[in-house]
Amino acid sequence: MTSKKILLGLALAIAPWALHAQSNTSGLKLPEGFNAIVAADNIGRARHMAITPAGDLYVKLSRLNGGKGIVKLSDKNRDGVFEETTSFGNYGGTGIYYKNNFLYASSDDAVFRYKLDAQGNVQNPDQPEKIVTGLINRRQHETKSIVLDNEDNIYVNIGAYSNSCQESDRRQNSPGRANCPILDSAGGIWQFKANKLNQSYGEGLRYATGLRNVVGLDWNKQDNSLYVMQHGRDQLDMFPQHFSTKQAVELPSECMYKIEKGDNAGWPYIYYDHMQKKKMLAPEYGGDGKKEGSNQYIDPVAAYPAHLAPNGLLFYTGDMFPEKYKNGAFIAFHGSWNRSPEPQAGYFVVFQPFKNGVPSGDWEVFADNFAGVETVTSPRQAAHRPCGLVQGPDGSLYVSDDVKGRIYKISYEKK
Amino acid sequence: MKRSLLTLLIVSGVLLSASAQTKKPQTTQKASTTSSSAAVKASLSRGQAVYTTYCLPCHQADGGGVPGLNAPLIKTSQVLGSKPALINIILKGMQGVEIDGEMYSNAMPPMTHLTNQQIADVLTYVRNNFGNKASAVTVAEVNAVRKK
Repeated sequence: MTSKKILLGLALAIAPWALHAQSNTSGLKLPEGFNAIVAADNIGRARHMAITPAGDLYVKLSRLNGGKGIVKLSDKNRDGVFEETTSFGNYGGTGIYYKNNFLYASSDDAVFRYKLDAQGNVQNPDQPEKIVTGLINRRQHETKSIVLDNEDNIYVNIGAYSNSCQESDRRQNSPGRANCPILDSAGGIWQFKANKLNQSYGEGLRYATGLRNVVGLDWNKQDNSLYVMQHGRDQLDMFPQHFSTKQAVELPSECMYKIEKGDNAGWPYIYYDHMQKKKMLAPEYGGDGKKEGSNQYIDPVAAYPAHLAPNGLLFYTGDMFPEKYKNGAFIAFHGSWNRSPEPQAGYFVVFQPFKNGVPSGDWEVFADNFAGVETVTSPRQAAHRPCGLVQGPDGSLYVSDDVKGRIYKISYEKK
Repeated sequence: MKRSLLTLLIVSGVLLSASAQTKKPQTTQKASTTSSSAAVKASLSRGQAVYTTYCLPCHQADGGGVPGLNAPLIKTSQVLGSKPALINIILKGMQGVEIDGEMYSNAMPPMTHLTNQQIADVLTYVRNNFGNKASAVTVAEVNAVRKK
């Protein structure tokens, strides 16, 4: 491609976007200077997204829509709105990732790979390569989020099929199982080769353990490390002698972890308390809200209020947004269900500033009003719930919604 | 004459007693309806308290559950259908059941720590709230299922 062509492409990309920039038509509440449009709507239960350098957006659906589980959205006329929709893939799931002309996507028990052609189209939509197979799926924390590093490794979340590894899941006063056996095959991040077929547990490496369930994760290219968002445990008040309902509403923290090979984040033995800034012993293993947990477990790099359900994580590397956003993290919080009698919380996208690879200040709400109602007391009241995040080639931010299948495109207009 | 008087007496006696008999059940019927509706009312209000403590955190204030996670209680076949099966959900818990084409992934634990009275109350409450209308669940019915 000549530089003239690139310039022309850029002009085509930017000009229509500028036309739309004035109006924030999505109903989202955003910081000054930002706007959001509805780039696609009603495409199905949109979970994670991947985008090609040409700007084609691939969206993974948790449930088949018209028999298909991956939607490809194209914006040929470059007005910001995807006017072309095609779909393929006969499996539902959450994970999808683009890297070096390959599209990776996951069902709830396997990971597939598709080769893209020069135009960015999937070559064999009905015959993906099966990279990983036979992952545990017990219909609880069953989604498999995926991300790649720069060395052809793929990281797959395998969520624990339990709340807190009790002998009887979610039963009042049921004790924790000794040496929680779930951790052998779940409750962590597994590493596989991105270019090898038919791998399973035998070929993979348990890269990190003690993570109850991860949906949002990203590879931080600045410090070349994996970052994950854990969905913290529910219902500390199953042990009412030690924990009040109020404590169960406010604890434990939703945590961001920087993961190094071999790390253990401590589930189910500990939980994190962002108010005390301490790892605490879980009640299933003798905790009472006062006893601290073991120091053998890693600390989070940042912690957020309880039960907000972080489903998307993205380190922003674009040039469109103001400088403070560069290399910081966006987090899509799907929204809570278990904060009653308090109102539910989350249902927004948060920005976490970073400096030199570490969080450098308090998080702030970046995009709000996905739910479309002032107060959510029950999740069903939310019109939309943010789930996946991906950065467009122009530096814009896409957010998916898995209630109605809306795709938001958030842009910044320089003053 | 004597015989006809006797017949008359017998006939009127039969008539009287017959009319008394038809009247009598009517009054007891009325009384039992009033007392049972008062009993159902009391059960509903106790049931609401049980619901708020043990069920609401997952099934939500509107009984609608949580999409993909916790089962809804609004006009589902489980709530409105067989009472023994419903009682068993409380006693044995439930997981991975499809409701109206939707899967709900969180485990519901067995709630055996509830008394038979609490279970009868909460099920009566659930079957008559959130748009549901179904017969009350009695302690005897819960007892019969728990004994099995």
